[in-house]
Amino acid sequence: MRIIPLAISAIATTAVVILLNTKYVLQAPLGKLLAPQSGIWQNAEDAKTKKSLDLKFPQLKGKTEVYFDERMVPHIFADNETDAIFVQGYLHARDRLWQMDLQVKSAAGRVSEVIGDKGLEHDREFRRLGMVYGAENSLKQMEADPEIKAICDAYTDGINAYILSLSEAELPIEYKLIGYEPELWSNFKTALFLKYMSYDLAARESDFEMTNAKSFFSKEDFDLLYPATQDSLDPIIPKGTVYTEPAIKPVAPASADSLYFKSVNVGSSNKPDPSNGSNNWAVSGSKTTTGAPILCNDPHLGLNLPSLWYEIQIHTPQYNAYGVSFPGAPCVIIGFNDSCAFGFTNGGRDVRDYYEIEFKDAARTQYLFNGEWKNTEFRYEEIKIAGKPSIIDTVAYTVFGPVMFDASFGAKRGTNKKNYAVRWKAHDASNELRIFYQLDKAKNYNDYLQAVSNLHTPGQNVVFACKNGDIALRTQGEWPAKWKGQGDFVMPGTDSSYMWQGMIPNAETPFQFNPERGFVSSANQKPADTTYPYYLGREYPVYRGVIVNRMLDTMQMIDVDKMKAMQTDNFNVLAQITLPVLLKNLDEAALNSSGKKYAAMLRGWDLRNDPQSTGATVFEEVWKKLRSLTFDDEFKNAPQPILIPFDNTLADALVKDSAWKFFDNIETAEKETLPQIFAQAIAKVAPELEEAETKGKLQWAAFKDTRITHLARLNEFSSLHLPIGGGTNNINATKETHGPSWRMIVSLTDKTEAWGIYPGGQSGNPGSKYYNNFVQDWALGKYYRLWFMTREEQADKRVQLKMSFSKG
Amino acid sequence: MKFFITIILIALLSFAACLYLPWWSIAIVAFLVTVLINQKPLPSFLAGFIAVFILWTILAAVISSANEHALVQKFSMLILKSNTSSLLIILTGFIGGLVAGLGALTGSFMRKRAKA
Repeated sequence: MRIIPLAISAIATTAVVILLNTKYVLQAPLGKLLAPQSGIWQNAEDAKTKKSLDLKFPQLKGKTEVYFDERMVPHIFADNETDAIFVQGYLHARDRLWQMDLQVKSAAGRVSEVIGDKGLEHDREFRRLGMVYGAENSLKQMEADPEIKAICDAYTDGINAYILSLSEAELPIEYKLIGYEPELWSNFKTALFLKYMSYDLAARESDFEMTNAKSFFSKEDFDLLYPATQDSLDPIIPKGTVYTEPAIKPVAPASADSLYFKSVNVGSSNKPDPSNGSNNWAVSGSKTTTGAPILCNDPHLGLNLPSLWYEIQIHTPQYNAYGVSFPGAPCVIIGFNDSCAFGFTNGGRDVRDYYEIEFKDAARTQYLFNGEWKNTEFRYEEIKIAGKPSIIDTVAYTVFGPVMFDASFGAKRGTNKKNYAVRWKAHDASNELRIFYQLDKAKNYNDYLQAVSNLHTPGQNVVFACKNGDIALRTQGEWPAKWKGQGDFVMPGTDSSYMWQGMIPNAETPFQFNPERGFVSSANQKPADTTYPYYLGREYPVYRGVIVNRMLDTMQMIDVDKMKAMQTDNFNVLAQITLPVLLKNLDEAALNSSGKKYAAMLRGWDLRNDPQSTGATVFEEVWKKLRSLTFDDEFKNAPQPILIPFDNTLADALVKDSAWKFFDNIETAEKETLPQIFAQAIAKVAPELEEAETKGKLQWAAFKDTRITHLARLNEFSSLHLPIGGGTNNINATKETHGPSWRMIVSLTDKTEAWGIYPGGQSGNPGSKYYNNFVQDWALGKYYRLWFMTREEQADKRVQLKMSFSKG
Repeated sequence: MKFFITIILIALLSFAACLYLPWWSIAIVAFLVTVLINQKPLPSFLAGFIAVFILWTILAAVISSANEHALVQKFSMLILKSNTSSLLIILTGFIGGLVAGLGALTGSFMRKRAKA
């Protein structure tokens, strides 16, 4: 009788297969993953690329050829425009499908579908912020525009053509690891992706933090801690510019002083990284060696692998554009064409405000508005959760927008159970793709003006330069016209007087066109000085703008090399302003030998955050400690969260007054001034610096430890410990996980000369040699010459792979 | 001779099956082959194991070498905390071998039972 061994053997086989095919016991389905014909081995891309590929799709109208160069940048030559965009979609999906799918899931608040209830908080926050609602509104407007609808359709078709051709073995490796499958694309997903960029760039505010600060500090202290002016400010549009009489004069509500500026106490929400900033500038031919303008742009964003950017050239009978695109949207986003170049930095004005809603009762069906009970509309957000039943999040919508925070949802903060509706400019319908669609084809300044007038949210400083010699920069966007202080804090939501009263007309956008100084620039600083008739808020970084303008002012005979050096410059303006004052106030006697050593390093430092600099490490750490010694004692008992004053507030104060009120530690009997707390700061960071020194990590790059992480936070798929300097207040604004996501320099000579690099690689596949092949060069400040290919160059030896697309 | 034929048959059919079927079809292939070509349990297991061990090791090694071992190093760090690419290639072979071996073992018992 062999029935028992048979049974045991059969059961054992089944058990081992189940063990290796699922995640019940092992953390990963090892058999499924390692099976050479379908698992991860299939993602180990052949290092030698194929020479040519022919593809046929029924949606295409004509022929399209794509030539990939040595960096795997596709140069698309299409017979017509929609075919070009179809191919762009196909290539985005081919190289970046998982990333596109994930970004859109994140935008839509659908992360829990993939990672389970770990994603629930994020999903609820995004649903309640109205991301989907905003994307729906925008989609309507996009699809009402026949040209934009046509390119969106073509883009969607291209992505889906690729997805439908995928076998299990060809799925991106992350799908295999996490265990799910891609979804088909849609125009709605393109709208969601664009909304995600609005979130990244235009969702920044500190309304709750500022409301807490206002409720805790006296008016006098508040004004010291959060001044409306910045001493070092050099605005985007230079001081002294004359503005016309405003078309809209927003009026503060009569109750503002009693109801709004008085104390309330609240919690706050997660926000996008506050350091999402950028530099851009254009110099006119009068300042360059060639006599042609040069345009430069480096948007600073969260640095991830796969990169947010994908380099591409699109050539059709109508236009010829090169630059970086977003996997998730059609068109070239930052780049140049045969006539001109264009770039962006974030506008950074506050376009997200909160209103406290008074519901009639717990059912939330009615809320008080203008003395009446108004009916609430509800949106039922079904959130699917991997491995668990779905939940329904019921979100109340008011005249202001969705009630983001209420008793059921307070995000990671102590909620006070009150109801706060969010009014966000990105809720409004808009058609942002049209800007890029038109810029890609722009031939002159007027085309640029037409293009950017479509930009609503996220508002951007759009720089422009043209081969005819024109340069321009507009602080573009549809911005609410606010009365002074409107939206700095949470506002009452019981009547219409606190609502936004109108949008600043496009005609009143601060701008510069061929200015006498021979350059235009922006670095996220305040767009204009106080003579601009509209309220601009108070949260703007100041120092990058100072150094950019200072360098451009003095620079003559500019060439591409000078621009490369400038874009990667590590000079620290904050240190230049504060360090002499600090050193003058140094009480050397209060320091032990270790403290004295670091003080000496500060003295000998060249004010540059270069990779090998030890002085930079000492300064950055001492500055951080100085800030905390200055403010921690006063802020300790304040309601949380709260906004710690900006670097420039502390800098302005210490330059003017070494006995500034907040230098005193209120917990000690004696009265501290700058010399004491500066000495304390050095003494307190000395042990930490000693430790870093012992480990050989005192040099700035090693100390800062910049890294570019994989979107699923897998270290093995990330680029770690990059040898790069820079920092928040440097033009090279590279921080730990954040920095110049694309550096571009375009010289608009007869034959365009362009240079660029982004920290990533064209392929999103960690198993490809094109996955992160630009990263080290980027860290070292190198650039690639961008090949603005012509059809005649198709036999060039740079071409590694040719793909042909045709109708079939 | 029987033993080698079994190995070759299992290897070839496993390769073919995995072109169209889930990876664990190797267990079914090994089972069917050993039902067909009857041997004692241990040789059956070994035949299944060796067949797919060799098949998967070679496949993985060939793919990885064409890839200049870019992926395998990252992936072995991820799951084995070691960046030696050979370890992951051998693990791949072992997993395939184990599953096919067990399938083959089951097949050999099946045949004996059918005779009895």
